[in-house]
Amino acid sequence: MADSGERSACEATIEMLQKACEEDQSTAFSRTEKMKPCTIGASGICCKNCAMGPCRLTPPKKEGDEPKRGICGATAEVVAARNFVRMIAGGSSAHSDHGRAVAETMILAARGEAEGYRVKDRIKLLEVAADLSIEVADRPVEEIALDVGEKCLAMFGQQEGELAFGWRAPEARKEIWRKLGIFPRGIDREVVETMHRTSIGVDQEMENIILQGSRCALADGWGGSMIATELQDILFGTPTAIKSKINLGVLEEDQVNLIVHGHEPLLSEMILLAARSEKMIKKAEEKGARGINLAGICCTANEILSRHGIPIAGNVLQQEMAILTGAVDAMVVDVQCIYQAIGELSQCYHTKIITTSPKGRMPLAEHIEFHESDAIAIAERIVETAIDNFPNRGKVDIPDVSSDFTGGYDHEYINYMLGGRFRASYRPLNDGIIDGRIRGVVGVVGCNNPRVPHDAIHVQVVSELVANGCLVVMTGCAAQAVAKTGLMKPETAKDVCPQGLYEICEAVGIPPVLHMGSCVDNSRILIALTEMVKEGGLGDDISDLPAVGCAPEWMSEKAISIGHYFVASGAAVVFGVEWPTSGSQECTDYLLEGIFEQYGNSWHYEPDPDKMVAKLLSLIDSKRDALGILGKRERVLFDMAARRELSID
Amino acid sequence: MSKIIASAAIRGTHAIRERVGKRLDEALEKYGEKQEISFPNTGYYLPIIFGMTGEKVENLGDCPKVMAIADDLIPPVPAENLWTPYLGPTLDAGMATLFMEEIEEAIKYLDGPNPVDGIWLGAADDVIMRERGVEFVDGSAPGFCALAGSAPTPEIAEAVVKELQEKNLYIWCSGNFNGTTVSEQLDSLGVQLGWETRIVPYGREIGSAVYSLGFAARAALSFGGAEPGDYRKVLLYNKNRIFAFVLALGEVTDEWYANAAGAISYGFPTIADTPIPEILPTGVCTYEHVVSNIPHDEIVQKAIEVRGLKIMVDKVPIPMAYGPAFEGERIRKDDMYCQFGGNITPAFEFVQMKEMDEVEDGKIEVIGPEVDDIGEGDALPLGIVVDVAGRKMQEDFESILERQIHHLINGAEGVWHMGQRDIVWTRISKKAKEKGFKIRDYGTILHTKLLGEFPSIVDKVQITLYTTEEDCLQWQEKARAKYKERDERTAGMTDETTEIFYSCTLCQSFAPTHVCVVTPERLGLCGAYNWLDCKAAYEIDPTGPNQPIPKGDTIDERLGQWKNVNEFVYNNSGKALDKFNAYSMMEDPMTSCGCFECIVSFLPICNGVMIVNREFTGKETPCGMSFSTLAGTVGGGNVTPGFVGIGKVYITSKKFISADGGFHRIVWMPKALKETLTDELAKRAEELETPDFVDKIADETVGVTEDEILPFLTEKEHPALTMDPMLQ
Repeated sequence: MADSGERSACEATIEMLQKACEEDQSTAFSRTEKMKPCTIGASGICCKNCAMGPCRLTPPKKEGDEPKRGICGATAEVVAARNFVRMIAGGSSAHSDHGRAVAETMILAARGEAEGYRVKDRIKLLEVAADLSIEVADRPVEEIALDVGEKCLAMFGQQEGELAFGWRAPEARKEIWRKLGIFPRGIDREVVETMHRTSIGVDQEMENIILQGSRCALADGWGGSMIATELQDILFGTPTAIKSKINLGVLEEDQVNLIVHGHEPLLSEMILLAARSEKMIKKAEEKGARGINLAGICCTANEILSRHGIPIAGNVLQQEMAILTGAVDAMVVDVQCIYQAIGELSQCYHTKIITTSPKGRMPLAEHIEFHESDAIAIAERIVETAIDNFPNRGKVDIPDVSSDFTGGYDHEYINYMLGGRFRASYRPLNDGIIDGRIRGVVGVVGCNNPRVPHDAIHVQVVSELVANGCLVVMTGCAAQAVAKTGLMKPETAKDVCPQGLYEICEAVGIPPVLHMGSCVDNSRILIALTEMVKEGGLGDDISDLPAVGCAPEWMSEKAISIGHYFVASGAAVVFGVEWPTSGSQECTDYLLEGIFEQYGNSWHYEPDPDKMVAKLLSLIDSKRDALGILGKRERVLFDMAARRELSID
Repeated sequence: MSKIIASAAIRGTHAIRERVGKRLDEALEKYGEKQEISFPNTGYYLPIIFGMTGEKVENLGDCPKVMAIADDLIPPVPAENLWTPYLGPTLDAGMATLFMEEIEEAIKYLDGPNPVDGIWLGAADDVIMRERGVEFVDGSAPGFCALAGSAPTPEIAEAVVKELQEKNLYIWCSGNFNGTTVSEQLDSLGVQLGWETRIVPYGREIGSAVYSLGFAARAALSFGGAEPGDYRKVLLYNKNRIFAFVLALGEVTDEWYANAAGAISYGFPTIADTPIPEILPTGVCTYEHVVSNIPHDEIVQKAIEVRGLKIMVDKVPIPMAYGPAFEGERIRKDDMYCQFGGNITPAFEFVQMKEMDEVEDGKIEVIGPEVDDIGEGDALPLGIVVDVAGRKMQEDFESILERQIHHLINGAEGVWHMGQRDIVWTRISKKAKEKGFKIRDYGTILHTKLLGEFPSIVDKVQITLYTTEEDCLQWQEKARAKYKERDERTAGMTDETTEIFYSCTLCQSFAPTHVCVVTPERLGLCGAYNWLDCKAAYEIDPTGPNQPIPKGDTIDERLGQWKNVNEFVYNNSGKALDKFNAYSMMEDPMTSCGCFECIVSFLPICNGVMIVNREFTGKETPCGMSFSTLAGTVGGGNVTPGFVGIGKVYITSKKFISADGGFHRIVWMPKALKETLTDELAKRAEELETPDFVDKIADETVGVTEDEILPFLTEKEHPALTMDPMLQ
């Protein structure tokens, strides 16, 4: 097995990988070595959508050879496009099903049928209601919440028209969607149609397939994901800047360690309530524990971090590492990114894996099904299971590795932090960009992938972006990778930023890298980009902004959906690891270049971190150049006539 | 926000919270909840609180609620390490500071020490706010400098302040450093302080900075169309219209920082003479937020640049400073070197139009003795004859240019001027004489400013100054003949005999639907623009806010409604108004922007109208509202039948609400207004063959409700009581 140090940039992970090696435990890292990727599958040219195949449309071996066709005659570019948009459909359905669950919970809560859930952020409820054209005047909060929940739920089954949250996008962008015919009609409809059109013998024109992929991706970003984010904020509170700790060192030797892993805060919020109840703490003490330590992994961690400052044990590739510590008394999982391997691994240690979602069960786990209608009682049962397991611990090895960081920088908070309650706006951010103090904004998001050194690409790329004057916003496991390095500590700014970016960080009190939440919270970045456009001075559309998206260590289909909704929303996106259509030059050229004409930006692929940084910076500079803000900003002085031109609304 | 600044400001806010909380508790204990508190004569309560939150603080019992709002805003001091963002929280703390300081200042009015004391003026009332606020709207004052602390020496203070005055800025002083204040430093040098010179000593403590920011809040509410509680609009109006900044002279304490944080929310940056941390990124303010360590001889220039202000000042080549800030300067007898006119010697001023080849531009002659030829305290005759030529000059503009002489001459430091035509009176101070100011400089001023301010109608200016009695008397006769001729010409002008009216949409920047239609018999409601002024303004700026309106076919002669005027109003009110009556306040009256000198209000029981002027400070009038409250109802570009804003001169016009019964409808007006207009009212009463009518108009000494004045009107047999019902 390769040296653990080459596998990960994360010290705690390295320590646990050594332990796994010593104890001969299989992990995703070791399995990666044994299981080489299927190159045909990885390059997107294996079609297994019917039983005439699977057809492998590998490129001609030498020049002049006929390109291969499928049994049905499908060309490589059509197969690659189909596979690509099916990834989008998979990712979109994951985020959207998450959103649906939140909408359902909100309806139950509004009807008073879900104990423990209530509207926590009334202002956000009113704002969302206004965006959905729901009457708010003098109505009780529950009634408004019910309408919002029902209207959001209806978006999943909506059959025609335009998704209401899409109307939040900049005018110019909406016109592009309408012109291309990709303004999503309904969330489920776009997924279903994508699956239909990519089944045997339906849509056989690459560009037309990708167009539907765009509509499906937009139904995620401006639909399912946005519903999840917005309604979670209403139910659990819109995050504000918060301090916390990250890495396996947050596990406590003398406390019951309960890890929540997965994606939906519906469950973890209730577990948090239960874990903090005196009853449970007393129970834990009775079992000899000093208390109950709740920590998160993956996006559930990001959700409860942002709202409660709950520490993060690690990102997706650390789920097995956490169990290897021997200190995790229970790991509660719901949906997405949960490795089946943890069931087996848990058998070697005392950890109990508790599955909770009827959508996600696995062997070797205890299933305690979670229902919002009886949330608190179920949450208590889960916490009790963890407590009861505390005395069963064997040898405990908690790496003494953890870092402080700050998180909770969502759109609303950024707006607030830049001007206070009375002058909240993105003006200082836009000014910072126009002045050149901030070279550009880069959203670095996505997963971990053991095919590349864990966390290492994230950390290198983000460090270099910061050193080059970019403000970085992050979500998902990528955010956790960088949180471990101290780059999300405000005091780091003076050491790592060039003068201009440092002046901004010092003026606002922020680190140069902002944690914006979970992977559904990429919808927050869409809102933030839109707000930058609306604030003015940086063009009329997202595609004019010196802002780029990037997923250096992606692995999930969700990442493809996210990447594509950013591209379709006008942002350039750079992905690392592997390019999923690389088997078809034509399809790849179209996604990396051809769609620029339609969307004003396109995908980019660059696995090498140095080149990735260079690409990101050149994309930013080209936008700065187009905006005419490459040079120093001129100081305009205003006389009365010029002042009268300034808006006061 | 630098962390050092943020921490200091938040610490300052906490200290203020503790002090004001205690002061409020004591006041509540001593006076009880029902005790009224307020700033003097304002309809805006405690204006920052009112503007930002909509809360009306009227008595002590209203304060705890505001303190609770402040508490909700006050953040903890940022942590040593791993802090969360502090910019937003610090700006919140700044706003909380202003709320609390307003309460503190209001308590001072009740419980002492009185904010008005010696040189200290305390809060500006609404009369001052409207009068001066209009200058911010029309741009004649680009903004203000909130000046805190004191300079190292009084002379430095004077130099800084004079430079600010020359930039037409108001200088509003609060806060002390090193045991003194700029205000006291200036006072020690004999510099005239007060609204007249634009140097306003608000108070000795930094907390009196709320008078500056409260003025700014009221300006936004009054001129910016912001609703109370619409904090965003109040603040953005200030950021983008009122170009103010803070000059911090001396050590910046925690409480200064807290106030500066409050100012930043308005878009007002701080420029300091000490080496404090800087906040250079932009965004809340137009440019930098805090700039420090600036030498005193550069600080004004730096401040203007940081605020993003472009000030165009015609440099007048005289040995004294020049600017509108000096217009209000008085020269007492003891400070006077010499004087002219004022019934002591003959004096007059006269502008005459000449052909281009008859005027030698820039030629200034003094015919007779100069100041050097006379002794201290002497008086000389003075005839100012200005020859003007220009391709677009018209005879009608002579009087307009002539009326400018008063404020143009007054703009010079050390020179005082009053009156016009042949009743002028002007003085030169000893200081000005010492610095080399000459009678000839009257000419220099007029030459520079007339060319500078009226470039499109004035191409050449030549001035002759006569200082011998013989020349003066001789010229005065010629001038008088011309004055008479002009008066007869304008007196003969009526709406009927004039085909072209003029619009005034100057105020659309804050009242977007407002269109003033100025006719020969009805001047603009602000009193500043009559028909001739508008005509000249149109010549000066053909695309400006004063446009000719050929009135076209008459739709209704009695109401004063014309086809083209209706069309113009419709197209220029954003299609908000489709018709307009010039002579009625009951039926489609003119809109009111907010600048009106007076408001006319229908009184149903008396079957007449009352007129209240801006200067009237009484809280009650017969219509049940004070001027301020009325102004809030009538202003903003609304049509409000039964109410109309007017200029004073219109009261004695033949067209004064002529469709509603005219002059004889007036049943009430404040005593002071009646006195100001004594001659005009008497003349109009004579014209109507009711010479005793003016005595039938009630005032506040008779009563301030309809019920109170009705017996008086009955007893005096006021004609309104027997006229047709006003309400049809």
